[in-house]
Amino acid sequence: MTKAAGLRTIPALVTVCLLAGPVLAGLAGTVLPAFGYLPVLGYGSLSLEPFRQLSAEPGLVRSVALSFGTGLVASLLSLAIVLAFAAGWYGTATFRRISRLLSPLLSVPHAAAAIGLAFLIAPSGFAVRLFSPWATGWTRPPDLLIVQDPMGMAMTLGLVAKEVPFLFLMTLAALNRPHVRDYFKAGESLGYGRMAVFFTIVLPQIYPLIRLPVLAVIAYSTSVVDVATILGSTTPPPLAPRLVSWMNDPDLEMRLMASAGALLQLMLSTAAIATYLALETVASAFARASATRGRRRQADGAARRTALGVMFIVIAAMILSIALLVLWAAAKSWWFPAALPQHWSLERAGNAFILGLPALTSTLALAGLAAVIATSLTIWLMEAQGRSGNGSQRRLKLFIFLPLLLPQVSFLFGLQMLFLVFGLGGSFLSVLLAHLVFVFPYAFLSLSDPWQRLDPRYEKAAAALGASRARIFWQVRLPILLRPVLVTLAVAAAVSVGQYLPTLMIGAGRIVTVTTESVALASGGNRQFAALYAVLQLIIPLAGFSLAAAVPAVVYRNRAALRPALF
Amino acid sequence: MKRFLAAGLGILALLAAPATSLAQSPGSPGPAPSPAWQDVLDEARGQTVYFHAWGGEPRINAYIQWAAREVEQAHDVRVVHVKTTDTASVVSQVLAEKSVGKFSGGAVDLVWINGENFAAMKDTGLLQSQGWATSLPNWQYVDVESKPTVKIDFTVPTDGLESPWGMAKLVFMHDTARLAVPPSTLQGLLDFARKNPGRFAYPQPPNFYGTTFLKQALAQTVTDPAVLSRPVKDADFETVTAPLFAFLDELHPLLWRQGKAFPKDAAHMRQLLADGELDIAFSFNPSDASAAIANGELPDTVRTFVLDGGTIGNTHFVAIPFNSSNAAGAKVFADFLMSPLAQSRKQDPEIWGDPTVLNVASLPESEKARFDRLDLGVATLTPEELGPVLPEPQPSWVSALETAWEARYGAGGE
Amino acid sequence: MRQDSFQGLALDQVAIRLDGEILLEIGCRIRPGEILTIMGESGSGKSSLLDFIAGFLRPDFEAGGRVLLNGRDLTGLPAQERAIGLMFQAPLLFPHMSVLQNLVFAIPASIRSKTDRRDRAERALEDVGLKGFGGRDPATLSGGQQTRVALMRTLLAEPQALLLDEPFSSLDRTRRADVRDLVFDLARKKGLPVLLVTHDEEDAAAAAGDIHPLETGRMAG
Repeated sequence: MTKAAGLRTIPALVTVCLLAGPVLAGLAGTVLPAFGYLPVLGYGSLSLEPFRQLSAEPGLVRSVALSFGTGLVASLLSLAIVLAFAAGWYGTATFRRISRLLSPLLSVPHAAAAIGLAFLIAPSGFAVRLFSPWATGWTRPPDLLIVQDPMGMAMTLGLVAKEVPFLFLMTLAALNRPHVRDYFKAGESLGYGRMAVFFTIVLPQIYPLIRLPVLAVIAYSTSVVDVATILGSTTPPPLAPRLVSWMNDPDLEMRLMASAGALLQLMLSTAAIATYLALETVASAFARASATRGRRRQADGAARRTALGVMFIVIAAMILSIALLVLWAAAKSWWFPAALPQHWSLERAGNAFILGLPALTSTLALAGLAAVIATSLTIWLMEAQGRSGNGSQRRLKLFIFLPLLLPQVSFLFGLQMLFLVFGLGGSFLSVLLAHLVFVFPYAFLSLSDPWQRLDPRYEKAAAALGASRARIFWQVRLPILLRPVLVTLAVAAAVSVGQYLPTLMIGAGRIVTVTTESVALASGGNRQFAALYAVLQLIIPLAGFSLAAAVPAVVYRNRAALRPALF
Repeated sequence: MKRFLAAGLGILALLAAPATSLAQSPGSPGPAPSPAWQDVLDEARGQTVYFHAWGGEPRINAYIQWAAREVEQAHDVRVVHVKTTDTASVVSQVLAEKSVGKFSGGAVDLVWINGENFAAMKDTGLLQSQGWATSLPNWQYVDVESKPTVKIDFTVPTDGLESPWGMAKLVFMHDTARLAVPPSTLQGLLDFARKNPGRFAYPQPPNFYGTTFLKQALAQTVTDPAVLSRPVKDADFETVTAPLFAFLDELHPLLWRQGKAFPKDAAHMRQLLADGELDIAFSFNPSDASAAIANGELPDTVRTFVLDGGTIGNTHFVAIPFNSSNAAGAKVFADFLMSPLAQSRKQDPEIWGDPTVLNVASLPESEKARFDRLDLGVATLTPEELGPVLPEPQPSWVSALETAWEARYGAGGE
Repeated sequence: MRQDSFQGLALDQVAIRLDGEILLEIGCRIRPGEILTIMGESGSGKSSLLDFIAGFLRPDFEAGGRVLLNGRDLTGLPAQERAIGLMFQAPLLFPHMSVLQNLVFAIPASIRSKTDRRDRAERALEDVGLKGFGGRDPATLSGGQQTRVALMRTLLAEPQALLLDEPFSSLDRTRRADVRDLVFDLARKKGLPVLLVTHDEEDAAAAAGDIHPLETGRMAG
């Protein structure tokens, strides 16, 4: 018993150390400087001076409001789009088709999506060009403040375009539970409209499964740096990018203020989550009350069509954005109002690709290692935990998801200082560790459900046949779960590729990935190169997801039960 | 035993021979290297130099890549271009390293730098303590006479702590297809903006180009230019900059996006000029327009102009932080960047178009020919047309200007 | 009751508790070739009993008593070492393996030769009238065929006792009798003690052995 318990706790301990260790150490490394204590830089006494300086920063209130507003609105909007669409169309052929489109879109890194979206919606962007000058009369781009608007609308759109696929796939996984279709049938046979059934019967059951992803989206969106750098306002910018620039100021005292700002960011994200939870309480009370009134709401055709329309716009915008990235990557001259490039230059694209190879190699190495480690650790954890002990599992889950529920800057500042003090900054290993902190939760999120949902009787059947634990794992469980394992590897790799801030801060500039390159180039304003690197960013995740789809399809081409089934 | 030793040495000499003969080829035109420089070359062999340089301009990145390949082949020095978005963050990084006691093995071996960042690093002792730049073999060709900024960076003497790499001068660009006659004074620029609202913009300070525009406007609105060569604390900032901010207050509502958003940098302005969003853009590189035309980034109707009374000009450099463990390699690379080969290639608008720091007339005939062959492009002004160079203000003005600007225009009216 | 030389499967004062409350108590002996049927509705602790015998009981259950098989005390042993064959309501053929691979998986490792293993599996298929089905994807087989393969897979592992957890409940009426007879026949032929759990009267009658009704709470042996 004790030995078994011990075996069960080792992976849990490793997980907690790997995730909570850096997070807590990083938080401490942020809190102390925020109160003026950073002895290595010569600040040895506690004070509130950093906060005083922070509050004197011009435009601080606007920055905070911008972060809070864009993050919360983007999260709510994404959730609403996903739920409305799932409510209206679950179980239909349309739903199946959209699902196929959205899954690969999940792999598009935030920065690449933002760059592509800017190409689409800017006044000189593709959308305007398509209708100019023949319909609009514009021979020159209109002077409209669309990208980097002070209200943060472009940034909100960029976040929505990226979070919709994520929340959709999380909802899809939740809808994959047994009996969901029967609930739909039961509700509809009682005369309720499709959407009413979803919101009153299905959603209350699956909501616990999508709640955590929603909170992670809020924490992320309120503290995002790369999307804000590309699409966000600069007069003033949202809080998180300002924090990063203070952290990089040659005046080291600014680091104290940046740390105080990071704590403000933590409060801001917490407040956004609290606001969401309050809204959630109101909404669920409202839903409970309306569910007992017996109104059938059968005439939901218009609502369903709207939900589909909005979802269609999001997907179309994403696909167009990516297509524009590819076009721009090959374009030499592409001036307004031409809808297609005037001059192409594949040679330059080729040269840039060769220039980008070292970055691509290190991205691949980081993504590959992070994915394999995170996925293996997830499997180890799941195997050791088995289906036992709910209480400890819930506590463990909190640790696992902690890095997703905190704004990255709030502990990366401290972590950067710690790595620096221990002389580990800028090494491949420290960046890998920083990536793992963010990659592991997604690996766990992606794999834990399929792993736990596998019929436990397969294992029993194999054990009763005399198969050893190792044989059961390698020959029964792992092969049956090949598809979710590969998808998890792809998800983990995609998350690693998308890491901008951790790579930048922990890598000290020495570890260069296609993502740090592409944000640097996007900030330089050369569209062709920004596009090229954004395309490079897409290559690894797309290859990962394609492999995750292709390998099981080939290996199990004659195994009907293991063919892809979304429902 | 002795014979074996001799044989071994012979083989070693054979192995080393090609390397030393190669070592002379591309960078250094002179005969055999001096013993002191030979020591540096020997020490540099096998080192990896992390060169932190702004990475927002693909043409420059490609040039650095080329230079890195050359020194790797010639001197076995590997150069890694760490693409930064802002040189200030490099200063911050080295300073943080010094503060935690990292006195060797620093992350930065060489940094592209000038102005306030150089002043900051020099002041806080973040650079190699001994001046090294003037002892590089190629220093002999540097134009110390007619380009004083190669030794005085924003009024601060370089003391050999940084090695000159290129010359910069603020130039404006306009598309003749839309704007035949560009303005020639600041007031003219304002009049143009009044007639064509939304067609002029400048990048948001603290972006380097944005700050340069502020300095240009300051230099042309200030009543007594002499105050700018002294530290800002010796001057009455409010009074000195009052005309500047009066000008900006008037200009901002007439800017692209009414001054609520700004181009990210020069490359972005170029893009906006190409798309017709802007009528006037500017650059810190006199051949930028020609280079961009050659590249297909700008239509060939774009031309360059300057303002009456001159424009801001300076020199940009490379410097070695105090805690670099690859200083020898960094010096070898810095020397190569100053070589006639590298400088002539850099001045070619098809490649980069950045003016040389060398005195071309003093070069040996074969090296001089490299420059004579260059076609500076249709949109590049002749040295006479480029007009006088306005000196950079003392570095402390930069952060004072940036802070004042941010409070006034960067905080959303708070 | 303590007869260690007893041949067959013996449950010696087995009691299973959850949160201190007794789920079931049972004591019984099944001789080789005999079938003991346990009848009970769902929720009466049947599956916990089977889990306990086969070695899968979850740690939140407490269990007392012993399981003896041919005089060997199985109680503390891991499932792998108990030599107890298990058939579930569903055939649970491993979906990633072919029919033949499923069968070969079960053959003890002591049989080394590849051709030998293959021959055994092929023969087992022949025995249940599925000659030539070896290369098939299990998912393409009918329910009855799958159950027959699952039976052979269980037997190829050379168990010394058989636990049947309503293995016929998923089959339709017409096939059900055939498959059931086949299972019972083979078990008798091999001289295996069989514990059948079912709530189907017909199954119980066909087993033609002792019947123990299992009520929620306790059961006397």
